[in-house]
Amino acid sequence: MSNMDYIRNFSIIAHIDHGKSTLADRLIQHTGGCDARNFQDQILDNMDIERERGITIKSQAISLPYTARDGNTYNLNLIDTPGHVDFSYEVSRSLASCEGVLLLIDAAQGVQAQTLANLYLAMEHDLEIIPVINKIDLPSADVERVIEQIDSELGLDTDTHLKCSAKEGTGIEDILEAIVQRIPPPTGTPEAPLSALIFDAQYDSFRGTVIHCRIMDGVVQSGDIIRFMYGGATYKVEEVGHFLLSRQKRERLSAGEVGYIIAGVKTISDVRTGDTITLENRPCDKPLPGFKEVKPVVFASIYPIASDDYEDLAVALEKYKLNDASFVYEKDASVALGQGFRCGFLGLLHLDIVQERLEREYDQSLILSVPSVRFRLTLKDDTVLYVDNPSHYPPQMDIAKGEEPYIRAAMMMPERYLGAVMKLCQEKRGMNSSLSYPGPGRAELIYEMPLSEVIYDFYDRFKSVSQGYGSFDYELIDFRDSNLVLVDILVNGEKVDALSQIVHRDRARACGLQACERLKEEIPKQMFKIALQAAIGGEIIARTTISAFRKDVTAKCYGGDISRKRKLLEKQKKGKKRMKMIGNVSIPQSAFLAVLKSDTD
Amino acid sequence: MNLPGLYIHIPFCKTKCPYCHFYSTTDITSVDVVIASIVREMELYAGEFDTFDTIYIGGGTPSLLTVQQLDVILSGVHKHFLVPPDAEITIEVNPADGDLAWYRSLKDLGVNRLHLGVQSFSDQALTFLGRRHRADDAFAALDNTVRAGFDNFGLDLIYGIPGQDLQSWRKSLACAVSLSPPHLSAYQLAIEEDTPLCHSYRRGSFDIPDEDASLSFFLETSAYLERSGYHHYEVSNYAASTSRKSRHNQKYWDHTPYLGIGPGAHSFKEGKRWWNHRSIEGYLKDLALETTPVAGDETLSREELRLETLFMSLRTAAGIDLAAFRLKFGEDLPKERHAIIQSLVDRGFIVVNDERISPTTRGLAVADQLALIF
Repeated sequence: MSNMDYIRNFSIIAHIDHGKSTLADRLIQHTGGCDARNFQDQILDNMDIERERGITIKSQAISLPYTARDGNTYNLNLIDTPGHVDFSYEVSRSLASCEGVLLLIDAAQGVQAQTLANLYLAMEHDLEIIPVINKIDLPSADVERVIEQIDSELGLDTDTHLKCSAKEGTGIEDILEAIVQRIPPPTGTPEAPLSALIFDAQYDSFRGTVIHCRIMDGVVQSGDIIRFMYGGATYKVEEVGHFLLSRQKRERLSAGEVGYIIAGVKTISDVRTGDTITLENRPCDKPLPGFKEVKPVVFASIYPIASDDYEDLAVALEKYKLNDASFVYEKDASVALGQGFRCGFLGLLHLDIVQERLEREYDQSLILSVPSVRFRLTLKDDTVLYVDNPSHYPPQMDIAKGEEPYIRAAMMMPERYLGAVMKLCQEKRGMNSSLSYPGPGRAELIYEMPLSEVIYDFYDRFKSVSQGYGSFDYELIDFRDSNLVLVDILVNGEKVDALSQIVHRDRARACGLQACERLKEEIPKQMFKIALQAAIGGEIIARTTISAFRKDVTAKCYGGDISRKRKLLEKQKKGKKRMKMIGNVSIPQSAFLAVLKSDTD
Repeated sequence: MNLPGLYIHIPFCKTKCPYCHFYSTTDITSVDVVIASIVREMELYAGEFDTFDTIYIGGGTPSLLTVQQLDVILSGVHKHFLVPPDAEITIEVNPADGDLAWYRSLKDLGVNRLHLGVQSFSDQALTFLGRRHRADDAFAALDNTVRAGFDNFGLDLIYGIPGQDLQSWRKSLACAVSLSPPHLSAYQLAIEEDTPLCHSYRRGSFDIPDEDASLSFFLETSAYLERSGYHHYEVSNYAASTSRKSRHNQKYWDHTPYLGIGPGAHSFKEGKRWWNHRSIEGYLKDLALETTPVAGDETLSREELRLETLFMSLRTAAGIDLAAFRLKFGEDLPKERHAIIQSLVDRGFIVVNDERISPTTRGLAVADQLALIF
C-alpha cells in the first residue's frame, strides 16, 4: 500500500492563456512521464478543439513519479481543470480533490479576473497556494509588477512565489520541489469506510465509463460493490488504477490517492461530478460536501440542414453525450426547420464547443436556433412555468409575471477602461454596481446583470471595449422580474420559429431590427424580393427587404471561359445545398448564426 | 452532331488593354516562330479532327499579322483539315490596324466574316479602355470592311464604362446601328481578376454601375437593338438575321466539339476539355518536342455536363432543348421541376413550351442564377 506521505495532489489554476497546459506538459516531460520523442504539445488537452482554442474543456488527471532532492520518490497527481467560467463547478470538484494548487500568473498580463476567481475557489477549499509567475521570457514580462500584485491584489506572501517559463522549460525543477515541500500530503484513513469524490468521468468505447476520483477515506478494489450516494445506483468494480500517460491497472486505490474506477457504468450520464462513491456493504456516514446538480443555463435547438440527416444527428448526439455529462438534450420540432433537438449547455462556450465537435467529429451540418436562458413565468392561474424554448412561450395575455435569471459579473481591468465597461454594463441592463481598486490603476467592477444579456455578445464586446485587458467571471444569483415578450422573425410572411427570441420589452425593437438586418446581410439575393419582419404577436416592430437578383450573368462565355464559369457556379450551388428552405427562400446556415453575433464590429 | 469548330489564338498585342484577361504579349519577336508552331500544332491534331465548318482567328490581336503570316496559318488549316466551301471563317480586327488592301487580301485568303473590336464610338471611353484606336478609326475600318466586300461582319461594343450614362450609351448604339452591321456584340464591362483594371478598381479609382443600373443598360440595349431589327440571341449577342448569328460561338454553347490552337486556347471533344499553356515559352517548348502543348485537361462528369448545358443554354434566347436534355440527362424538367418552373414563368423570367424552356430578356439578365435553380 502506498504511503500517503509520498503523495501530493495538486492542480494548476490560472486565467485563460496564462500557460496552464504548457506548464502541465513541462511537468510531465520533466518527470519522465513522456519522452521527448512522443511529446506532443499539450498532452492533457487531447481534443483537437482544446489544442486549437488553447483552452482545457475537460478535466484530466495524470500521476507524475518524481524523485525529489530528498531522495524519495513521490507520486505527484496533477488534476488539470477546465479553464473557462462555463465550467466553474467542474473546477471546484477538481480542487476539492487536491491539497494544493499552482496559481499561475502571466508575467506580462498580471493578475486577471479568473486568477482571482480561482484563487478564491482554492481558498474555499483551504488549499496550499503556490503562486507561479509564468512567461518570464517574454519581452513584455514585468515580474516586479506581478510580485506587487501577488501582495496587493491576491494578499499572498510574496516570498512564496516562483518564476518560470513553461515555454522555455526554465524553473520547472523548483516548481516540482515546491510541490513536494509545500503542498501537504493527503490525509485520510484507509481503514475507514470508503468515500471517494468523483471529479470527472470519461467514456471509453471498450470499457464504458471511466470514473475519475479522489479517494478520501477507505480502499476500493475490483470486486467491490460500490454505490453512488446521490445517484443511488450500485455497480461492481471491474478495475481500478492510476493515470500515467495511459491507464495503469492497480490492485486497489487507497485513501489519499487519485485514480480511476471502471465498474460497468454504461453511460457517462449515470456518473455525476461531485458525487461520492462508497461501498454498498460498508457505507460512509454521509456524502462529501459540495455536490451540486449541474444545470444548463443556455438553451438552443439544433437541426440538421437536410431533414434526411435527422437520424444521423440523433446518433451523433447520443455518441457525443457519452462523453459530456453536462450536455442535455431532448427531441424538439420546429415548424420551419423540422425535427431537431432542444439542448442545454453550461454557457455559450460550451454551446460553441458542442456545435463544433458535432460538425467536426461527427460530420454534421447543423442549424442552431437563437440561444436562450431559462425564464420563469407565472401565469394568471398561478401556475409557474420555466420556459427556455421560445416555441413554448405561452400567450402573452396568460402571463401574470415574467422573471429572468440574473448573474453577478465580476470584471477586472486597467482603470482607463472603466468608463467604457460601465457604459457597456448599463446598456446590458446592469445594476447594483460596486467598484473597488485592488491595486494601483486596476479596477474591479461588480454588476448584477440579466444572464440573457451576457449570453449574446457581452464577452466579445467586453473584450473589445477593454482592448483585451479586461477579464470577466460570473455566477448565477437569482430570478428577477422582467417585462418579457416573444419576438418572432418572419421571412416572406413565414415565421421562422428557430429565430424567435424571448426578450425584455425594452429591447424587443432593437433585437428585432438587428435580427432583420443580420439576416439581410447573410441571406443571398434570390430571384424574388424577400421581406424580413420582426413581430410581437401580430404587431410588426421591424422590417427590411432583400431585393431580388436584377442582373447576374457574365458578359462573355466562350471557349476559354466555360470551365472557369462552371466552377464558380458549382461553388455557388454547393453553398445553396447548405441552405435551409423556408417557404421559397433559401437561408444559409450563417444567417442563423449571424443573428446571434455582436453588433459592435 | 454538328461539325467541330476551329479556334486559333494569336497571342500578340501592340498594347495591352487594362480590362482584358485573355492571354497575349506585347513582345512580338517570336511571331513567326509561334505561327510555325501553330501550324505544327494543327498537324498534331490532324488525326483527331478532320473537318471544321467554322474557323475563328482571335486573340490577342490577329490583325497585327501580315497577309503572308495569315496565309501561312490558313494554308496550314487547309493542309491538315477539310474546310467545306460554306465554312464560316472569322477574324478579329482591331480598327487601328490594316488598310483597304489588307482587308481585300483577307477576302482573297478566304476569310468571310470580320469581327471588329470597336468597343465604343466615344474617344473618352476608348481612352479609359486603353484602346489604341479612336472613333474615327472605327468608321474607317467599317468603310474598309464594306469596300472590301464583306457582307458578314460584327462589331464589339462595351457598356458600363465609368462616366457613361444611358443617354451616351444610346448614342453609341445609334451610331453602331447606323452602320448596319449584320452582327453586334454588346458586353458589359467586366472587372476580371488580375487585370490592371481590377487593381485600379480595388484602389477605388472608379465606380462601375450597380446591379440596378446594369440591368437598365442591359434592358435598354436589348430593347433598342430589337427595335432596330436585331435579334437578341445570346446574353451579349445580336444578329440582324438568323444566318448572321456567329456559327462558331454557337458551338461553345451547345457542347459541339471545338479545337483550340495557340497558347492558352481551350478545346472540347466528347466530354473532355483541355487547354494549352498560357505562355509562349511553355507552348513552344512542348511543340519543339513534338507533343501537344496541353497544360491541363478535365473530363466532365455527367453532373458537370448538366450544369454547363443549363448555364450555356440559358444564355441563349433559344434556351434549353427539352428533348435533348431528356435524352442526355434522363430528366423531364417540366414534369420534375413543375413548381419552380411555374413560379419562374409567373415572374416573367422564362417561357415554356413543349420543346423548350427559354429565358425572357429579364431571364437572360439573371441567366446564371436561373441555371442554378434547375
